[in-house]
Amino acid sequence: MRKYNIPHTFEFKSIIELYAQWIKDGTLKVNSDWNKDLKIKFTVQDPCNIGRKIGTNKIVDDLRFVVKAVVGEENFVDMVPNRSNNYCCGGGGGALQGGHTEQRRAYGKVKFDQIIETGAKYVITPCHNCHAQIEDMCHHYGGNYHTLHLWTIICLAMGVLGENERTYLGPDLAEFGLDIEGGIQ
Amino acid sequence: MAEAIKLQEFTCDFKDEVANRIPEANFDLCLTCGTCTGGCPASEQYGMDPRKFLRMLLLGMDDEIKKSPWAWVCTMCGRCMSACPMKINIPKFVYNVRASWDRDKRPKGIRGSCDQHIKAGNAMGVPKEDFVFTVEDVANEIREASPEFSDLEITADRVGAYMALNQNSREPVTEPDELGPLWKILHRAKADWTYPTVMWGGENYCMFLADDEGWRYIMEEFVYHIEHNLKCKVVVNTE
Repeated sequence: MRKYNIPHTFEFKSIIELYAQWIKDGTLKVNSDWNKDLKIKFTVQDPCNIGRKIGTNKIVDDLRFVVKAVVGEENFVDMVPNRSNNYCCGGGGGALQGGHTEQRRAYGKVKFDQIIETGAKYVITPCHNCHAQIEDMCHHYGGNYHTLHLWTIICLAMGVLGENERTYLGPDLAEFGLDIEGGIQ
Repeated sequence: MAEAIKLQEFTCDFKDEVANRIPEANFDLCLTCGTCTGGCPASEQYGMDPRKFLRMLLLGMDDEIKKSPWAWVCTMCGRCMSACPMKINIPKFVYNVRASWDRDKRPKGIRGSCDQHIKAGNAMGVPKEDFVFTVEDVANEIREASPEFSDLEITADRVGAYMALNQNSREPVTEPDELGPLWKILHRAKADWTYPTVMWGGENYCMFLADDEGWRYIMEEFVYHIEHNLKCKVVVNTE
């Protein structure tokens, strides 16, 4: 809209800013108690579009606030470098549909190594392209992490994640919080 | 053996052309330091890297630049520019290289998604009715499965909703169950929101295709729908 000078009166926001705002003002009640004893480690992929490309760390800092609120600060492991200095996962710019698969995967190896270095079992990817690329890296290079949408872990922490909404969870969390009938506890 | 570049054979037509389009790009200020290349995950792919690509522009190697598939391997992530001591806009240079390709020679996958978006409002080419049907179907399942969400209401094109949400079109098509968690959070937060059905896909393949006209059309249609039809105060990007 900026690029084409299209006039508009609405405000443009990332859902991540809203998650953070709702958690801060108490609208959204979440906590990380579920992971206190499990101590499952999480890292997060910073999408370039909400980090470096907006020229401020505001949204990627909100992202960390939200993730720490739902998995526990002590269970969050950041990649290095991160935030506005992150490495692109290699799935951006249309690369997933650009046809240069071998090159895309070589590009993503930088990100894959960064993820492995954190030792985290889960990578939270708030962007669909990053999700697809990081999952593909895991299969291609034989990683042992799982790639999650952000909403999955928020709902898990709120105890409202349905049985059919767990495609990307590993076996350790696949049935977490479900009662024996498959409903939500 | 590599052949020496004969500079007198070159004019810098492409550089002038791109510099005219992006006056703030500062191509001439390149110090050849290589900081861009050192931090670029696309370096070495197809024997190319950001510094080399930029030097080729400055030397007028226009044909070689336009022939290189590297413009489609670079993701325009912007790390080179943010590290560059002279703040040279390499991503926009790459965008313009992409735009210099004949449209029908650009990668088929990206082009197809851009075409679908122009036609149907999303890269997967889902007709509006199918999107609305899928949403209602998934919402029904959630209402039936969990009593605490029995009053879950998902609307499309609801005039006056405070927020309009876009959605990556792969979700309703390839993994509709992934819609539920997002809705549950919005429900818990008592958010007042709706899905627009015009240009509702959160993705933007026309931008990746460097199709300025297509990109502009999508944005204009979207903004018009939000401003004039739905009158939402906030547009929320869900990824």
